[in-house]
Amino acid sequence: MKIAVTGLNATDNPGPGVPVIRSLKMAKDFQGSIIGLAYDSLDPGIYMEGLVEKAYIIPYPSGGLEPLLERIKLIHEKEKLDLIIPTLDSELYGFVKLQPKLNQMGIKLFLPTLEQLNIRAKDNLFKFCEDNQIKVPKNFLVSSLHDLYLLSSKIKYPAVVKGIFYEAYIVNNFEEAEHSFNKLSAKWGYPIIIQEYLKGDEFNVVGLGDGTGRTVGAVPMRKLYITDKGKGWAGITIDDKTIIDLSKKIIEKTKWKSGLELEYIKSSETGEYFLLEINPRFPAWVYLAPSAGQNMPYALVKLAYGESVETFSSFKVGTIFVRSSWDLISDIKTFEQIAAIGEISI
Amino acid sequence: MVNFIIPENIAISESGFLFLAGTGETFTLNQIGKEIFNLIRSKSSEEEIINSIVNDYDIDKATAHKDFADFISQLKHYSILKEA
Repeated sequence: MKIAVTGLNATDNPGPGVPVIRSLKMAKDFQGSIIGLAYDSLDPGIYMEGLVEKAYIIPYPSGGLEPLLERIKLIHEKEKLDLIIPTLDSELYGFVKLQPKLNQMGIKLFLPTLEQLNIRAKDNLFKFCEDNQIKVPKNFLVSSLHDLYLLSSKIKYPAVVKGIFYEAYIVNNFEEAEHSFNKLSAKWGYPIIIQEYLKGDEFNVVGLGDGTGRTVGAVPMRKLYITDKGKGWAGITIDDKTIIDLSKKIIEKTKWKSGLELEYIKSSETGEYFLLEINPRFPAWVYLAPSAGQNMPYALVKLAYGESVETFSSFKVGTIFVRSSWDLISDIKTFEQIAAIGEISI
Repeated sequence: MVNFIIPENIAISESGFLFLAGTGETFTLNQIGKEIFNLIRSKSSEEEIINSIVNDYDIDKATAHKDFADFISQLKHYSILKEA
């Protein structure tokens, strides 16, 4: 079994590749080798001892799917890949589109469909939630400054101004909203989302759907420490049936296929959970799930192989992750190999 | 007399470290806080708890009542305790 995994950027804004690989290696009956697919020659996952057998640089999907496919073909000729696990939001559309060709080459994938990816897009999520009686902060889509002016009387402050793909700002008045609108539209394009600001605590769930509506696993977590980039740097598994049932409902309604992360805010006023985002891949804290008893990345591999996978029924509440910074020491030869040749055997 | 209920998914260690499994919140109780918490959990009445405090610590009953009420109010604020 040879599995290629992307997202080796274990930085201060970490990709999920390294924890996905650690999860696979944690499975007692896992017998296979891992190939790392990296976008940058300094992705830390390349330099972690014993993590990947070999690493290859691949081109960004934003540079076109053809170069990515050609690169994968070349890697496949050498490695005979059985499965690729893409772990980054930005590459998922590309891999979904390449799926038929990759399948023809004998490479398996276990991905959400384009329709599922579109449901969770920030501009569609509100409608999905309304249609399925899932609580979500009120929002408006704004495609021009003129729209923003027209909405000015309807927006209650503070409010959240969100880019279509990334970034969000809390604004306290119209001038701040206008400033954030300009900043986000220049960076990420339109529409911009103006969202109701809810006061409360954030909770996240890592889950796995098998594509039929069944939730194979779901582990909720409360962030204990959040960086200035909004990333959870420590977290703890919690015991809350409400958030698990809500997550199962979302997986059922979307018939979600693959791993995902659900982000919620629990209103401090009403105690209700509001869905903030559906991230269409495992989160960077996914290693917490197998550590608490639900090895979802390994279950995904089994599903990709067409094996039957039992539904996880429990997990250890109170399991904590604490992320760390750790300097990896290497030498110029290693760096040269990956930077100049684009591949390295570890 | 008010009876109190401690939700089931709250765990306390021997050292007085509280874990609210439903929300992931943690708190540390001092020795007397831990004793009161365990007495509440074992269904002792308010009067029994006050008597226990007065017997074990150098404190008069009126002050014990006041401090007990403050402590209960904090526990309720953090959803560690509910009134029955």
